[in-house]
Amino acid sequence: MSDVSKNNSGGGKELSKKERMAIPRTPIPEQDPHERAKNFDEVALGYSDEQAITEATRCLQCKKPKCVGGCPVGIDIPAFIDAIAHGDPAGAIAKLKEKTSFPAVCGRVCPQEEQCEQVCIVGKKHEPVAIGRLERYAADWEAKQGKAGKPEIAPSKGKRVGVVGSGPAGLTCAGELAKMGYEVVIYEALHKPGGVLTYGIPEFRLPKEIVFRECEYVESLGVEIKTDYVIGKTMTIDDMLANGHDAVFIANGAGLPVFMNIPGENLNGVFSANEFLTRANLMKAFKFPEYDTPIKVGKKVAVIGGGNVAMDAARTALRLGADVHMIYRRSREEMPARDEEIHHAEEEGIQFHLLNNPVQIIGDNDGWVEEIECIQMELGEPDESGRRRPVPVEGSEYRIPVDVVIMAIGTRSNPVLTQATPDLELNKWGNIVADPETLATSMEGVFAGGDIVTGAATVILAMGAGKTGARSIDRYLRGLPLKPEAEAETAEQASA
Amino acid sequence: MYKILEKEDYSDDTYMQVIEAPAVARAAKAGQFVIVRLHEEGERIPLTIADFDRDKGTVTIVVQAVGKTTRELQTYGVGDSIANLIGPLGVPSEIENFGTVICAGGGVGVAPVFPIARELKAAGNKVISIVAARTKSLILWEDRMREVSDEVIVTTDDGSYGRKCLVTEPLKELCEEGGVDLVYAIGPAIMMKFCCKTTEPFGVKTVVSLNSIMVDGTGMCGACRVAVDGETKFVCVDGPEFDGHAVDFDLLMSRQRQYLEQEKIAYDYYLECRGDKACLT
Repeated sequence: MSDVSKNNSGGGKELSKKERMAIPRTPIPEQDPHERAKNFDEVALGYSDEQAITEATRCLQCKKPKCVGGCPVGIDIPAFIDAIAHGDPAGAIAKLKEKTSFPAVCGRVCPQEEQCEQVCIVGKKHEPVAIGRLERYAADWEAKQGKAGKPEIAPSKGKRVGVVGSGPAGLTCAGELAKMGYEVVIYEALHKPGGVLTYGIPEFRLPKEIVFRECEYVESLGVEIKTDYVIGKTMTIDDMLANGHDAVFIANGAGLPVFMNIPGENLNGVFSANEFLTRANLMKAFKFPEYDTPIKVGKKVAVIGGGNVAMDAARTALRLGADVHMIYRRSREEMPARDEEIHHAEEEGIQFHLLNNPVQIIGDNDGWVEEIECIQMELGEPDESGRRRPVPVEGSEYRIPVDVVIMAIGTRSNPVLTQATPDLELNKWGNIVADPETLATSMEGVFAGGDIVTGAATVILAMGAGKTGARSIDRYLRGLPLKPEAEAETAEQASA
Repeated sequence: MYKILEKEDYSDDTYMQVIEAPAVARAAKAGQFVIVRLHEEGERIPLTIADFDRDKGTVTIVVQAVGKTTRELQTYGVGDSIANLIGPLGVPSEIENFGTVICAGGGVGVAPVFPIARELKAAGNKVISIVAARTKSLILWEDRMREVSDEVIVTTDDGSYGRKCLVTEPLKELCEEGGVDLVYAIGPAIMMKFCCKTTEPFGVKTVVSLNSIMVDGTGMCGACRVAVDGETKFVCVDGPEFDGHAVDFDLLMSRQRQYLEQEKIAYDYYLECRGDKACLT
């Protein structure tokens, strides 16, 4: 295992670059679209050992790899892929875990096509190496072995850190700090840990078994996860600092749904994607009445939005038996959802109404949704996001009969914690202001990262923030300057 | 797990439970609520905090059994535990010396009025309470309300106890007499709606506590949205208390009926299975 990274050959046989590049990208086995549209089992089934080795062999083991720079947490991608190519998944997982605590999650939900795979050198002429699928393969291999390997944990530092939120940022930060020898308590508002991985991302894209396994892994490092704890309500940040927490990391996410403010939005049958997904995922409403929480699915559902959350809501509604129509105001090219998700949604039979925007929702006499009125859009000049701004086509309004409307147009920062913490500086959107390099906030000993700082973003960026937060908290608690450069300067000054 | 330390049935379908939840009790204030989930298959439901004891670390709830979860919870006795109790949630009541305050509670709504009346009394207000219910057996906490009020008026719809009238009758009389600075009205949506209609012509500010459907109770899902002054608000984080004269009660009531059909299915299923896993097909 130790000489894995030194050996540059693939699959035990020497292949030239040309030969490697000639291997086509290995498709990942998937459930049949017609079949999976009726169940909540995972869509992608994962590589077999053989498929993984073949795909790993496509990696050129570049001397100056671009992929590592494309990864928000800087995973040594060629090294872990090389281990897989040599039939050493244990070596691969060890490499992955140097940088990411949750490869089983990242391998599934990272937008690799915009990160590592986008810059993959093989991808310049051919399809890029399926880095995400290989990451997943290594993680799933480990899970199959039973107990996950436990990293070395530093001797106790005798300091206690409170982490707010058990989503990807909070779990990562807690895990990193625990490894450094800190006592860590995570406070989670919901009754189950995992944050958006649990309440937001559906089972068919990220099985909850995997999320809870990752949470258990963090607990195995000595982290305590206290559920049912709403920071800002059950306890404030000030209470935490006054009661035995030497530092705090806030990672409570961006969980406040945005509505369009159009007429009819409060009719019965109009839901935020957050509500729809929380009922289905966290509360398991898809098993109603075995589980108590009901969910209103309807016969014909309109999902408004074009992001990953919109795809998740649409595909959940589809699995619950609805005829699903997605309404998005720009064109397919501008859709923020991952290509793979759009592709899966199309395959499963979701109908797309692109360049359409809802203007009102019409209800019946009992207050239930009956129709949605849309207006057609055309693309005008680029806006500040660089995407062409959609402009309504006058007089093009038309109505679609639907009985459920799901709004998936984004989330804002949740005010529960920030309103109870007046010393915390916020920006105009209500996000916590944190130093981009250190994640230090306006409060001494309080750091913040993830969606509460950046606005809704990706799982991997949140994990990256969790790592940065842990590094800063460690430096803070050891009395070092938060920025390593500053320390170097101080050292220089001291020696001068 | 959160252990039930005391339980009392007030009628066939109203009951009180004192639940051990030290962290929640420590932070609780009048006007706030908790989210309760009974067990692994359970739903999350909001219940207003009727009382709390910071020293004993307990929270008291008074519940009217109307759906599957509230009926199932009624079967939980002393020593039983519920899986989750989350709180205290929502914005606490604004307590100051307003002068004369009427605290009107309808049915189990009397219970959440109690801690508010207690705080208002302690802040120096003259508290006149109206304890109302359909019939005598549903009158509750009259004794507790007497302890924290200068005057208590009891009404029943059928005249089986106290005055035979609706809560709005004494409320109107008191407004006519004048000198009322604030009204708190808590109970079923229809009762709050008519209390607000009663006080509106007199220009007496009326605070209501809304009981909408919720899932997380922390602003995450928006299930609880209501229209206040034409603007959408979330009951869980903006409320649960609002200026009743600005609330669209018809919308609130319509939204409360959103899952009636499923609630019936859930209850029938529960009656049939009584938690018997063998019956799950």
